[in-house]
Amino acid sequence: MTWAWENRDLVLELFWRHAWLSAIPVVLGGVLAVPIGWFAHRKPRLRGAVLGVVSLLYTIPSLPLLVILPLVIGTGFLSPLNVLIALTIYAVAIMARTASDAFGSVSPAVVDAARATGYAPARLAFTVELPLAGPVLLAGLRVVSVSTVSLVSIGALIGVSSLGSFFTDGYQRDFTTEIVVGIVATVVLALLFDLVLVLLGRLAMPWAATVRSQA
Amino acid sequence: MSVVSETVDWFSRAATWSGQDGIPNRLLEHLGYTALTVGVAAVVAVPLGLYIGHTGRLRGLAVAFTGAIRALPTLGLLTWFALIVGIGLTAPITALVLLAVPPLLAGVYSGVESVDRRTVDAARAQGMTELQILARVEVPLGLPIILGGLRSATLQVVATATVGAYIGLGGLGRYIIDGKASSDYPQMLGGSLVVVVVALLIDGAWALAQSLTSGRRTRVLA
Repeated sequence: MTWAWENRDLVLELFWRHAWLSAIPVVLGGVLAVPIGWFAHRKPRLRGAVLGVVSLLYTIPSLPLLVILPLVIGTGFLSPLNVLIALTIYAVAIMARTASDAFGSVSPAVVDAARATGYAPARLAFTVELPLAGPVLLAGLRVVSVSTVSLVSIGALIGVSSLGSFFTDGYQRDFTTEIVVGIVATVVLALLFDLVLVLLGRLAMPWAATVRSQA
Repeated sequence: MSVVSETVDWFSRAATWSGQDGIPNRLLEHLGYTALTVGVAAVVAVPLGLYIGHTGRLRGLAVAFTGAIRALPTLGLLTWFALIVGIGLTAPITALVLLAVPPLLAGVYSGVESVDRRTVDAARAQGMTELQILARVEVPLGLPIILGGLRSATLQVVATATVGAYIGLGGLGRYIIDGKASSDYPQMLGGSLVVVVVALLIDGAWALAQSLTSGRRTRVLA
């Protein structure tokens, strides 16, 4: 622990970097996946195809994806953009299915009642379906956030620094403490993200009990 | 020469296909690690998952454990184990097993739990013992979900074994790690493409197994 204290500037710097590299994909993934999930829920015939493509993306292992992406999108090999885009792809892949299930969990009777009262489609989606799907969406986002935070470190292998740099550096120097500090910091960050999500959920949906994810 | 043609060139070289560093050998290693890891993880997770799913006991503990492991960074675990345990297969395989257990465990107990309780009660009323209920009712009916757990565990292992190359594991990840060390991007790219194809094929095989068993499920229920 003395090592962590002596190197607190570095730990904090990488902690922040790691936080940004995780936060952006989680937010982007959520924003992109909710409409995809809603669409998949609304068009049952396309549901299989949409979710199939999405889950195919999830099948691609992370390290190879980080190697292939620069070629596909033309970014520099060491660019943090690769990590951001790869993790956004995974976030969408996990989240789209959850979102589709979340909209599926909204009682059709409620949706019919709102429609009968004269809710226009957009208002129906935003003021009835979205809030009612909220708890399940939040549960999905929590899964996405945990797995994103732990995946960011893989970027260190191709030179994108984060708390993962403690793993590569500690391994090269045969220095266990550095690795343990990196692991602890990553877990702390994951817990912080989870806490933020739960608090945001309480604020946005004070009526809902927190739904725990199954998987 | 462009990266693409250099990569095509890498694939067309004889050296890429033969010897210890050839794709066939690396592929076999990769599949071997995957099979070994999933096998060991199954020995731990399947009985435990069946117990949790059937009795409902320890469920909270299992959920907490699964969540906690998911928060652990793969690379951190691999490098840490490698420094503690030393060179060899033990460190990477232990780390891989640890990461494969949670999805497998979750798949098994969710699969057993997914079976309609009325079906289970009916089986019990027919005089089946608890073991018979588990083996003849819950496992067959929950099989698609159980296989889903095996599917995600396998994918996880295929992906993590690639990362394992960093701590000296063989397999297809070698191309990425060695390519990075010698700034050989075509080799990294070639190796990455092979891993992606392997992952997609394995996932496809599991998907097929799942759809075959869920077909049986509907026939049973009909």
